Amino acid sequence: MLEVIDLACMRGERTLFRGVSFTLAARGLLHVAGANGSGKTSLLRIVCGLGLADSGEVRWGGEATRTLREAYWREVLYLGHAHALKDDLTATENLQVANALAGRPVTRAAARDALAAFGLEACLNLPVRALSQGQKRRSALARLALAGAMPLWILDEPFAALDVAAVADLEQRLLGHVDGGGSVIFTTHQPASISGRITQRIDLDAFEPGVGAVC
Amino acid sequence: MRDLTLAWRRRSDVFTSVIFFVIVASLFPLGIGPEGKLLLAIGPGVVWVAALLASMLALSRLFAADYADGTLEQMLIGAAPLPVVVIAKVIAHWIAANLPLVLIAPLLGLQYGLPADALLVLALALALGTPSLSLIGAIGAALTLGLRGGGVLLALLVLPLYAPVLILGSLAVEAVGAGLSAQPYLLLLAALSVAALSLAPWAAAAALRISYE
Repeated sequence: MLEVIDLACMRGERTLFRGVSFTLAARGLLHVAGANGSGKTSLLRIVCGLGLADSGEVRWGGEATRTLREAYWREVLYLGHAHALKDDLTATENLQVANALAGRPVTRAAARDALAAFGLEACLNLPVRALSQGQKRRSALARLALAGAMPLWILDEPFAALDVAAVADLEQRLLGHVDGGGSVIFTTHQPASISGRITQRIDLDAFEPGVGAVC
Repeated sequence: MRDLTLAWRRRSDVFTSVIFFVIVASLFPLGIGPEGKLLLAIGPGVVWVAALLASMLALSRLFAADYADGTLEQMLIGAAPLPVVVIAKVIAHWIAANLPLVLIAPLLGLQYGLPADALLVLALALALGTPSLSLIGAIGAALTLGLRGGGVLLALLVLPLYAPVLILGSLAVEAVGAGLSAQPYLLLLAALSVAALSLAPWAAAAALRISYE
């Protein structure tokens, strides 16, 4: 279970948000909303331990994630704006590397199956630099097919650059993870058809003090 | 392992630093002319300085690509402790960028008329000394990550710290020329590398986290 307690984040002089608290239990699906620049990515980075909060705490299973460190990171899958793909490696190699870094090595065959599940059968052996934006996004997302055992998924704009069919696929996969006992935090600007299943919603615009006072 | 594959796919990068090393070390005999004694005296120092610069040239690539495409984020929140990841990256970097220098250095030493036993010591000293260059450089590369003009700053940060390695390395070769044993210098170089190995990965890991937070 993830507990976020009274988080605040400043960027220079400007307070992005303050007093953000929520609890995300198993089977929770949390949508973080907010205008551009409202701090969605900063919030996700703080929750997954990449960023540093100016105040507040993130707890996983009752313990602060800053003391859990690797034990927490083994349970969390974070996909950010950057795809973390190496242009010179193939999609399959990239997927194997990503899983090895996460401490869950997979075989070549498993990696190929995962990519095929995301509709990339035709580009398994192409270097990633030859793929389109949407295909790159898909090969980054293919980690989800191998991450069923990771309880918490944190996805920053997972639907960006995907076509309609891929968006529907991804939504089913998120629901599948939630039904299987996992929890998901994601941001999106697109009206998601899974909105009926979203258990929690945080609108960061509501946490920004003094709207309009600073640029 | 992954870094080695990548280095192989981008062979040109590796060759640039090796060729840089060769050219810098070859310019001196060309500029000074065929004065055997003088060349013999400056040879070890010049080869070491060239190796130092070539090794530093490759440093900025140590984390930059992973930083740009987001892989470094995944390493920061990966299952392995960050210092271990840093050690792995430094080893791969050393094999790709410094091992070729070690192998080619005796050839360059020939240009300075160094005797065979001095060439052997030169290669040995480079092999023992360059790991500490890579490790110390990793701290600098991590600190300057994502900064504009980071390359110059990196040189300013790292080069002074390279001085002890340079001094010991060229002294080792000169000791052979003077008929003394190079062993104490080689042992000191090895000691420096071991000390760097025990401290630098943690410092570099902390610097990486600071770059992100």
